[in-house]
Amino acid sequence: MDEVLEVMSDTQFHHAQTAHCESGVISNIFRHYGLEISEPMAFGIGAGIFFGHLPFVKVNGVPGTTYRVVPGAIFKRVSKRLGVKIESQTFSNPQKGMEALDRVLEQGRPVGLLSSVYYLPYFPPAYRFHFNAHNLVAYGKDGDNYLISDPIMEQVTEIDPKSLAEARFAKGFPAPKGKMYYPVEVPKEVSFAQPIRDGIKQACSDMLNIPLPMFGVKGMRFLAKRLKHYPEKVGDRKAVLYLGNIIRMQEEIGTGGAGFRFMYAAFLQEAAGILRRDELSELSAELTRIGDTWRTFAFNAGRVCKSRSANNVSYGELSEMLMQCAAEEEVLFRKLSKVKL
Amino acid sequence: MKKEDVPQDGNNMHEGSFRQLFYATDNAGQYVPVTSVGWEPENVAMQQAWEEINERVQQARARVLAGEISPVAYYMEKTIMDLPLLASYVGKFQWQVKRHMKPAVFNKLSEGMLRKYAAAFKITLQELQNIK
Repeated sequence: MDEVLEVMSDTQFHHAQTAHCESGVISNIFRHYGLEISEPMAFGIGAGIFFGHLPFVKVNGVPGTTYRVVPGAIFKRVSKRLGVKIESQTFSNPQKGMEALDRVLEQGRPVGLLSSVYYLPYFPPAYRFHFNAHNLVAYGKDGDNYLISDPIMEQVTEIDPKSLAEARFAKGFPAPKGKMYYPVEVPKEVSFAQPIRDGIKQACSDMLNIPLPMFGVKGMRFLAKRLKHYPEKVGDRKAVLYLGNIIRMQEEIGTGGAGFRFMYAAFLQEAAGILRRDELSELSAELTRIGDTWRTFAFNAGRVCKSRSANNVSYGELSEMLMQCAAEEEVLFRKLSKVKL
Repeated sequence: MKKEDVPQDGNNMHEGSFRQLFYATDNAGQYVPVTSVGWEPENVAMQQAWEEINERVQQARARVLAGEISPVAYYMEKTIMDLPLLASYVGKFQWQVKRHMKPAVFNKLSEGMLRKYAAAFKITLQELQNIK
């Protein structure tokens, strides 16, 4: 750890590893301007917790599942709620996009960048899919290379200009279009109280009130019902792939464990201290238990994947477990929405 | 999840070089960040996703060698792209890319078009025309 700290003082950008890229970039960039905000706090104020199952949005033929809100939303909400003014740009031309980045870096400002992990050479190879919504921070240059603080990595790194341009201007959905963003005005004094209230209100609403079956607690039940019939609907081979994708979305880098449930529980705990509401601590503990239920689900789903077992019983059981998660989260968010904040 | 329960199931996919951060509770129930080298279910799911990709790559390779499809189809699998993504990289419609997957059509492609494919796959023209 000491070594890491030394590197930081050299570069004057304090890199801290976080679980998730978007909330991590917020925490790291805002801290640079003296606004101390933990990753879970950013995640909570941005109402990042969510659930969605979109069978018609397929990635490599596998239906999509998400445990968080749409990329970019957390950043937007946190900035708005804390009164941080953000300059954000996209580009149609890679060269212009790289020049614009250089100009901002010359002013000594760290810049948030949207990128595709497929083109990031420092990423663990097994994770290099065409995922276009990864956030990282460029905070300077060393010759032609860019100094990078990628929030999910333990340490800062460097990247060559060609790879960075490829990552920023990757094609596909959603195309990052060289998106870059940086704060231009950060308030000196910030109170988290009202932003926390707004964030909690929005999360409860997202989890409970969206009138579509694919989202929030309803979305979990929607997935549970479909999952039960995977083997007979799509065959054993595909069923295993579908199931594997649910686990990956729940446990892969950035989820902070159990599909963000633990990160949100950490937020509730911090919020309890700030707002002096013990109820929030209790709900944090309750959400921790729900996160553990999610992990049990992933553990069992992993075993089904591993054995590639074709018996419908296991899919039925997994479906039951998801129903259980849905029931518990519904209770939790109903209670949370009723806490007098 | 308790701090002590944070999984440390390493596997060779991370090449021992990558640890991710989790949030877990300490003895007093306070959340603290903890790093993890991996967790078995995620490893299984990840490995399985790669097995699927590798299998598709091998199948495509065999079909190119048998003269059934063009290298475009093989490299698309190899770079984990799908048809819409590849089409947007080379600036063509999906049906056009699909046509380029026929060996007869592929063999008549202009050098300019071949270069676009080579750039999208990050390979040389030679590699594009002669798969290993």
